[in-house]
Amino acid sequence: MTGVRVSMTVNGVEYTRDVEPRTLLVYFLREHLGLTGTHVGCDTSTCGACTVLMDGKAVKSCTVLAVQAEGARITTVEGLARDGELHPIQQAFWDEHGLQCGFCTPGMMLAAVDLLQRNPNPTEDEIRHALEGNLCRCTGYQHIVNAVKAAARAMGAAVGAPAGGE
Amino acid sequence: MIPATFEYVRARSVREAISLLQQHGGRAKLLAGGHSLLPLMKLRLSQPEMLIDLGPVDELRGIREEGGSLVIGALTTHDEVANSPLVRERVPLLAECASQIGDVQVRNRGTIGGNLAHADPAADYPAAVLALEAQMECEGPAGIRTVPASQWFVDLLTTALGPDEVLCRLRVPVQTLGQGWSYTKLPHPASGYSLLGVACLVTVDGGVCRDARVAVTGAGPKAVRLAKVEQALVGGRLDEAAVAEAARLASDGLEATDDLYASAEYKRHLAVVYTKRALLRAVERARG
Repeated sequence: MTGVRVSMTVNGVEYTRDVEPRTLLVYFLREHLGLTGTHVGCDTSTCGACTVLMDGKAVKSCTVLAVQAEGARITTVEGLARDGELHPIQQAFWDEHGLQCGFCTPGMMLAAVDLLQRNPNPTEDEIRHALEGNLCRCTGYQHIVNAVKAAARAMGAAVGAPAGGE
Repeated sequence: MIPATFEYVRARSVREAISLLQQHGGRAKLLAGGHSLLPLMKLRLSQPEMLIDLGPVDELRGIREEGGSLVIGALTTHDEVANSPLVRERVPLLAECASQIGDVQVRNRGTIGGNLAHADPAADYPAAVLALEAQMECEGPAGIRTVPASQWFVDLLTTALGPDEVLCRLRVPVQTLGQGWSYTKLPHPASGYSLLGVACLVTVDGGVCRDARVAVTGAGPKAVRLAKVEQALVGGRLDEAAVAEAARLASDGLEATDDLYASAEYKRHLAVVYTKRALLRAVERARG
């Protein structure tokens, strides 16, 4: 099987690699680029642990071929912090105890970034609806919802703060 | 889970995709957002030898209004349909349906063309396009042909799309004043697919139902219109008793299949319940 050349920008850095066409984006990120913050959970596009931003929108990277990301801008959890400063969503998950084991957390945070880009001031219902595609098996979701609310407040307060971590 | 190996080609135009389909025959599959096909390939239920990626084909994108219809490109994502101001204003039934597909991440990648070409028996769009009497525009070696939604769904995962054709766009007649609509579903809690979903459009004039279109997805091998329910509604006044009476006919002759999640008997029951709910919501909207 011959490789296919694919180029994409991940967390602001451009990468070009030859991949087998069947390489899923999540394995491209984890195994080819060493970015293991994106997790493989259910592997069936249900749990959302593999969520990354593709051209600013949350997608499940276990259900995207790396070759489909040709020319795309990808943001993973490693791309959220800037210059050693946590992204407001990361700070809020810390402050509000939005995680226990942490497995679902990268996906939760990136789905939350997609929400806050579209809707900077979501209601609790809107937050729960937006996180429908992300499963957590520890926290019971309440602290996650609190963290997203806190991040919305923090980002609203920081005028002009960028929502995405590109 | 990793798909079996396949050859990968990016099509740059519809013509190029058609010629690739002609060259490679049944060995090749078209790839749009991949949210129906890739899960099947990961489970090795589908093992095409070649994927022809339509991703770069810009002529398959976009939503525009043309001669009383919305023309929606096959690569339009569920999220774009759900949030397009044009769709929400002109064909709100389709926007309401799109907004209930899967979850945010699925809606960001899944496409209307891919969904309709795949024809999953529990997908949501099939019910909506049947009720809206949309037309599918396909292009093949012989040119463009248009297939009405009523002839599109042939059987389980089988449509009228030819082996060397590309589903390019949909033409969806805009809804008119006095038309109430609703898409109402019972989603499977994990997958988001419909255990059962009902799309309806009712036209009410002077308190009397002039036209009714009701379609159900999730019950059997393909989505279908509920002609008996529609006939019972037309010409009558749509109070709650009349709607409940008509909805009772939803299970009459409905082909339902047992699956992992629900028995055929339960699905027939759901068809009655969700037809009533969808119709009551539509009637409320028709009143404004």
